[in-house]
Parts: sequence; structure tokens; C-alpha cells
Amino acid sequence: MKAPPFQYHRPQTREELGTLLSSLENAKILAGGQSLMPMMNLRVLAPDHLIDINRIPGLAGIRETPEGIEIGAMTRQADILSSDVVKARLPLLSRALEHVGHIQTRARGTIGGSCCHLDPSAEQPAMCAILDAEFIVTRPDGHRIVPASEWFEGLLQSALGEQEFLEAIRIKPWAKGHGYGFAEYARRHGDFAIAGGAALIEASKDGRITRAALLSFGIEASPRRLSDAEAALIDQPIGKLDLEPAVAAARALDAMEDVHVTPDYRRHLAGVLIRRALNEACTTLERQP
Amino acid sequence: MTERSLTFTLNGQPREAKVDPRVHLGDFLRHSLGLTGTHIGCEHGVCGACTVIVDGSPVRSCLMLAVQIDDCTVETVESLGKPGDLSPLQQAFAANHGLQCGFCTPGMLMTLEAFLRTTPAPTEEDVRIAISGNICRCTGYQGIVQATLDTASTKANRT
Ligand SMILES: Cc1cc2nc3c(=O)[nH]c(=O)nc-3n(C[C@@H](O)[C@H](O)[C@H](O)COP(=O)(O)OP(=O)(O)OC[C@H]3O[C@@H](n4cnc5c(N)ncnc54)[C@H](O)[C@@H]3O)c2cc1C
Ligand code: FES
Ligand code: FES
Repeated sequence: MKAPPFQYHRPQTREELGTLLSSLENAKILAGGQSLMPMMNLRVLAPDHLIDINRIPGLAGIRETPEGIEIGAMTRQADILSSDVVKARLPLLSRALEHVGHIQTRARGTIGGSCCHLDPSAEQPAMCAILDAEFIVTRPDGHRIVPASEWFEGLLQSALGEQEFLEAIRIKPWAKGHGYGFAEYARRHGDFAIAGGAALIEASKDGRITRAALLSFGIEASPRRLSDAEAALIDQPIGKLDLEPAVAAARALDAMEDVHVTPDYRRHLAGVLIRRALNEACTTLERQP
Repeated sequence: MTERSLTFTLNGQPREAKVDPRVHLGDFLRHSLGLTGTHIGCEHGVCGACTVIVDGSPVRSCLMLAVQIDDCTVETVESLGKPGDLSPLQQAFAANHGLQCGFCTPGMLMTLEAFLRTTPAPTEEDVRIAISGNICRCTGYQGIVQATLDTASTKANRT
């Protein structure tokens, strides 16, 4: 089908964008269009106004700052995937992006679009959640910073207010040589995942875990950190990890049901995938000499 | 709706046009410009038949609005070869039975054309991942993958 009629706006500056956002009713921002356009073509959405932010300078790009790595909201998934900075310092994000759609969708799709759309199985917001990213939001009176723990408000619902837009995402990299692991299950490569898991670890010289983060995604409406299981990993020796608390935590989540799988099966996958992710994190961890 | 004017480069030629903003790039190419090589399958981003190259990247033309190509460079399957004078990739598709009904072919060709420019010596797995967003209901992909690998190795041997 074709998109219903709308008025098209193409602001050239953040100020113009701000004015449009505060004056228009039933408006939608158009970033990469890889989620919004399908929904409009399927007539699930019918905004009166489409505000194309593809021509606003400075919204795309990857910068290293003292506060962390800042990825502009309009940075294309393809450019993040090919970034050497991201590969070296945020290897988990790189690894996850290989699973996001296909070369054609990554050429247009943006990290900001994915983090505003918030599909429950989307990899990019999930990686923001495990990496404790900060969402830099622009609003009529300036900026505000939303921590990942407050960004997810439910199914397809971010903390973004009506007159606000996502400017950038800031991520503090973990220590050099940290371990990272990612696992997801999808029916075909590049399809939306049915379930996924991710893990990050740091360890001391004598091989004991000093810091850990664990996350399941695609299970509940929003990605979910497994905080108790993270705490249980501290001080454990690599190679003799007790994986069971992580697996049990993932299996205890309030799993969604959909046309593909039952909640039981999804919980089962959550356990399998968190185990794989954690094992992979142990193998990617570079042992300190 | 108010029409917007745009200027762009299409298959090497500078062009100007007017378009209703709700028209997607695939329909614009087919209906306004008469370039029916680009095929429209699903219109929601899942089949890849509509793939064209915009500013060097393969994109789904059903998910881009025609107004968005203002100042951009667009390449469609019509830029590759002509009957009797096929491009190397098109020739390899013919030689390897990389097509049957041909519906997916323009999208496959444009995806792989863009892919081979950035990945001139791909592995079989690279090729399979590159076309993971293009659905073919006829060939079983084997001939398409082989055609791509042949094109890459022929080119490597020539240079
Ligand atoms: C075939 C196919 C397969 C896919 N597979 C996957 C997959 O495996 N994993 C995955 O995660 N995704 C997948 N996607 C979706 C992904 O490609 C999209 O890129 C992403 O979900 C949305 O990003 P976008 O830039 O395209 O945003 P758009 O579609 O342009 O926008 C999405 C939403 O975010 C809002 N928005 C965008 N940017 C901003 C901003 N800066 N500030 C405020 N609001 C904003 C828009 O108004 C809209 O509501 C797939 C898509 C397709 C078509
Ligand atoms: S018609 Fe565009 S992806 Fe199917
Ligand atoms: S040749 Fe028929 S769909 Fe691919």
C-alpha cells in the first residue's frame, strides 16, 4: 500500500526543527524511515506532518569526548558498523549491529531512530541499556540527559516528550580488553530477533570478575538488565563461573507471547542465550598479564 | 498536496522533476519517469525487489520518499547494461541461472553491484549475507551467489 497524505517539512537547522515540533499537531520525525515508512505504507500510522531531519547538519557522526563516545542520533547503522572507534571501544555494539536488518536497511536506518522506535527486540536500544548509555535530548529550552534506566517507558514508548528530539547517545566504554558476548535467535539472518542476550565483564589480574552487566532483550516489552545475577558474578573466577543465577534470572522474566512463540519457549530461549552471551564474554576477555 | 521540485542525478544524467511528497522513490521511478526496471514487491521493506543505489549505497526505494533524493545521485538497474550489451554481473547471472521469473533480479543486481564496489573479493558467506535482505522465490539463491563470486573473480583476474 501507499502512505496516506501528509505535509512534508525539511528543516535545515535545529531551531527550525524546534519551531516545527512546538507548532505542529500530529507530526512525526523522519530519520532513516526503515520503521516509520513501513508503518505508514501499511497505514498503521497516518501523521499529518512528516519532519525530515536528514538534512540538519551535525546530527550524525561519532565523536570521542572526555565523557564517552557520542554517537549522533542520525548516524546510520552502516557507519557505526564500519567505525574503527566503535569496533575498538564498544565492541559489543559492533557485534550487535551485524544482526540489525540488511545492508539496505542499515544504509538508511539510524541508531537514534531505533532508540526512539523501541521495538522490544531491537538490538541498538538493548546495547544502550547494557552499556548504561545516556540519551542527550534537545528540548525548546535546551538539553536534558536521560539515563538508560529511565529511557524505556514500555512497548514502543521512550521517555521523549512531544516537543523533544533525540540529539545523540553517549556511551562510556568499558575498560580496554573487557569481555563482551552477544547471542540472539532469529528465524533468518537480519530478521527481528525472537529473543536475545548480552553480557559484559571486567576481571582482575588474578582472573576474578570485578564488574559485570547482563541483559535479556526481546523477552519483555523493554530490554531487561539482570541486576541480581550481575551482582552474583562479582569475585567469581573466570573459567569456573556459576552461570546458573544468570540463566535462572533470564528464565524468570515475564515473557511476551506472539504469533511465533509461546512465553515458555521465549523464557527457554532467554536462558540459553544469556548463557551463550556470558560464555562468549569469558572468551573475548583479554587476560591481563 | 503541494508538489515539491527536485534536482538530482539519475543514471549519470542531471534531472529535474516535481513530485507529491507522499510518493515513494520506487513509484516515482516507475510511474513518473517510466523506468520500470525497478520492481515493487511488498512496499514495506521486506523483499528487496525495489533496491536502487542512492549516493553509492543500496537502499529500499519503497521506504524512501522521492522528495528525499533532492541533490542526490540515483542509480537504477537501467544503468547497468542493455540487451545485447549486458554488464559483467548481468552476464554472470545469465550464465549461472541466477534468475528465473526475474522479479527479484533488479533488486539483486543493484544490491550486489553496490556490494561488489565496496567488497571486491567476497567469500560465499559475505555474498549470502549481502543478499539476506532480498527474497527470491525461484532460484534457491545458488545461481545468484555463484554469479556474484564469478563476477568478482573474473574482475580480479583481469586487473
Ligand atoms: C526488513 C527490515 C529488517 C529490519 N530488521 C531489524 C533488526 O533486525 N533489528 C532492529 O533493531 N531493527 C530492524 N529493522 C528496523 C531498523 O532498520 C530501523 O532502522 C529502526 O528501527 C528505526 O530507525 P530509522 O532511522 O529508520 O527511524 P525511522 O523509521 O525514521 O523512525 C522511527 C521512529 O523514531 C522517531 N525518531 C527517529 N529519529 C528521531 C529523533 N532523532 N528524535 C526523535 N524521534 C525520532 C520517528 O518519529 C519514528 O517514530 C528492520 C527494518 C526492516 C525494513
Ligand atoms: S518493495 Fe521495497 S522492499 Fe519490498
Ligand atoms: S527469479 Fe523469480 S523471484 Fe527471483
